[in-house]
Amino acid sequence: MLKYLVKRLAASLLILLGVSIVTFGLTFMIPADPVAMIAGRNSTPQMREQIRQQLGLERPIPEQYALYLSRLVKGDLGISYARKSEVAPLVASRLPPTLLLMLGAIVAELLIGIPAGIYAATRRGRIADKAAMTLSFLSVSTPQFVLGLTLLYLFAYLWNWFPLGGYGKFANLVLPALTLGLAGGGWYSRMMRSSMIEVLRNDYIRTARAKGMSEWRVTMKHGFRNAIVPIVAMIGLDVGIFMSGVVVVENVFGWPGIGQLMWQAIQSLDIPVIMGVTIVAACFIVLGNLIADLVSPLIDPRIRLR
Amino acid sequence: MTTDSLLRIEGLTVGFNTEHGPVRVVEDVSFDLPAGHTLGLVGESGCGKSVTAQTIMRLLPSPPARIEAGRILFAGDDIAAASLKQMQKIRGDRIGMVFQEPMTSLNPTLRIGEQIAEPLRLHRGMRRAEAEARVIDVLKQVGIGNAERRLLQYPHELSGGLRQRVMIAMAIICKPQLLIADEPTTALDVTIQAQIMELLRGLQKELNLAVLLITHDLGMVAEMCETIAVMYAGRIVETGRTAEVFARPHHPYTFGLLNSSPRRAKKGQRLPSIPGIVPPPGARGTGCSFAARCPQALERCRIETPPLLPMGSDAAACWNPMP
Repeated sequence: MLKYLVKRLAASLLILLGVSIVTFGLTFMIPADPVAMIAGRNSTPQMREQIRQQLGLERPIPEQYALYLSRLVKGDLGISYARKSEVAPLVASRLPPTLLLMLGAIVAELLIGIPAGIYAATRRGRIADKAAMTLSFLSVSTPQFVLGLTLLYLFAYLWNWFPLGGYGKFANLVLPALTLGLAGGGWYSRMMRSSMIEVLRNDYIRTARAKGMSEWRVTMKHGFRNAIVPIVAMIGLDVGIFMSGVVVVENVFGWPGIGQLMWQAIQSLDIPVIMGVTIVAACFIVLGNLIADLVSPLIDPRIRLR
Repeated sequence: MTTDSLLRIEGLTVGFNTEHGPVRVVEDVSFDLPAGHTLGLVGESGCGKSVTAQTIMRLLPSPPARIEAGRILFAGDDIAAASLKQMQKIRGDRIGMVFQEPMTSLNPTLRIGEQIAEPLRLHRGMRRAEAEARVIDVLKQVGIGNAERRLLQYPHELSGGLRQRVMIAMAIICKPQLLIADEPTTALDVTIQAQIMELLRGLQKELNLAVLLITHDLGMVAEMCETIAVMYAGRIVETGRTAEVFARPHHPYTFGLLNSSPRRAKKGQRLPSIPGIVPPPGARGTGCSFAARCPQALERCRIETPPLLPMGSDAAACWNPMP
C-alpha cells in the first residue's frame, strides 16, 4: 500500500513535470510579446530592454525553463501582466468557488445518472428504458453554453426559481452545477445501465435469487456494489473534464472561479495566469485520479494496488 | 410411488421463445421425490437436466423461458403457478440450491460470512450479530475449519472446493426440506469432488434432506441416490431404483451411458462411447429422439414417441428395450 502510494506519487510528479514543459513551451507559441504588454504602447526602447532583462528573456531557453521550474516548486507562479499582481494568490482565491462548483456538479451527475441507469437496466427494452436513454443522449449532446443559457432563461428569468447568477448562496450553485453535471449525468446513466445489465447476468445474481431475495434487493445489494466499480474510476476523470467545462459555465453564470479567471487571462493574453491555472488544474486532475484509484479496492476487494 | 412425496413433477414441459420461434427444452417430465430421499437426474449436456432444476426454483428468466404444461407440486402446493413473491418465500428457506460453478456463484465484493447469513436475515429476520453464531455453526457443519476467520474472507481468497462448501452452507442454513444440487462437483478437481460428495451424503442423512442431484456422473448417482431418472433430449427415458437400473438397464441409451462409464471399462480395451450427439432443442423431430444414435432402432421408433412404461421393476420409454 505505502509502496504503491510512493510509486503513484512519483508518477504524478513526472506527469506534472511534463505539464510544466508543455505549458512553458506554449508561451512561445502564443502570438504576444510580453515585453510590449507590460511596457505599454508609449514605452521607449530602453524601457523595453530593461523589462526584457528583468524577465530574463534574453537568456537561453533551457535556462529560462530552469528558472521557471525553480520558482514553480516554491509556489511562485510569476506576476500577472494585466493585473500586475502575483499569480499564485490570485489562483488560490479563485480556487474554492471552482472546487465547490465541481463538487456540486459531481453530486448532480451522480444523483441523476446512477438512479436513471439502474432504473433503465431493470426495465431494459421497455419504454422507460428507451425514454431514459433518449434523455441521456440529449443531455450528453447539448453544448454547455446552450444548456446553461436555457436553464437560466427558464428557471431564473421566466420562473424566478433561482437567481440569474452570482455567488455565495446555495441557490446560486444549483443552475451552474446542473449545467456542468447534466451531461455527466447522461453519460453516467448509460455507463451505469450497461454495467448493471452486465452484472445482473452473473451467476452470483442467480445465487442471490435462489436465496429468496426480492429483485430490488438483488439489484441494490448484489448488483450495485459490482456495477459501481467502473463508475468510481470515471469520477476521477471528471475533474479533468470539468476543468474545461468550468471555463464556459463560470462565464455564463458569472461564477468567480478559475474558469472565469482563465477566460479573462486568455482574452488579455496574460501568459503567467494561463500557465498558473493550467498547472494548478493539472494538479487537481492528477489528484482526482489518485483518489479514484485508492477508493476502488474498498468497493471491490479483488482490485489490488500494485 | 408414495403419495406423501415432497416434490412431485407432473408432465412438466418447458419452452423457450427464441428468434426462430418457440423451442421445447423439457417435455412431459414427471418424477417423485419423497421427503428425505435422494433422486439422481442424469444425462448428457444439453438434455434439459439443469433447465428442469432451475424451473423447480423458477430461476429461469421469463421471458424467454415458459412453463408450457405440467405441475410442480412441492409439499402439496403447485409452485409452477406460484407468484414471484410466494417463490421468494420458498427459495433459500424450504428449498436450497447449489450450483455448478462455485468460482462465479459467489459475490466477489461481499465477505462470505455476510453472504451465508443472508438467507437467515431474509427468512428468519435475524440481525447480523444473531446470525453470526449460526453461520459459524454451519461453516463447521460443512467442514470449514477456522470458521471465525473464514467468514471475514472474500470469495477470491478461497479455493474452488471451499467455495463450494460455502455454497452448500448457504443452501442449508435455513434447514430446507429439499436441496437441489446442480452438478455440484463438475467444476472441481477429482480429489475435491469426492470430498464434496461425501459432505453432501453426510448432510443428507444428518438433516434428513430430500436431495435432487443433477449430474452426468453415474458413479455419484450410484453412491448417493436411491432412485435415478435418465434424461435424454428433454425427456425422461428411464427411471427406477438405482441398483436395478444399473444392474439391468432397459433403455439402449441408459445401457450406452453405463457402458461408457470408466468404472465399467475392461482393462486394455477402448472405452465404448455412444456415437453422435444429443439433437439440439428445435431439431427434435417425431419419434424417439435417440433413434438416430440407437443401435437397435426400429422403423416405429422414428415415427412414434415411446411413452414411459413399466418394464421389470423400473420404467423406460422404448419400443425395443434391452432384454
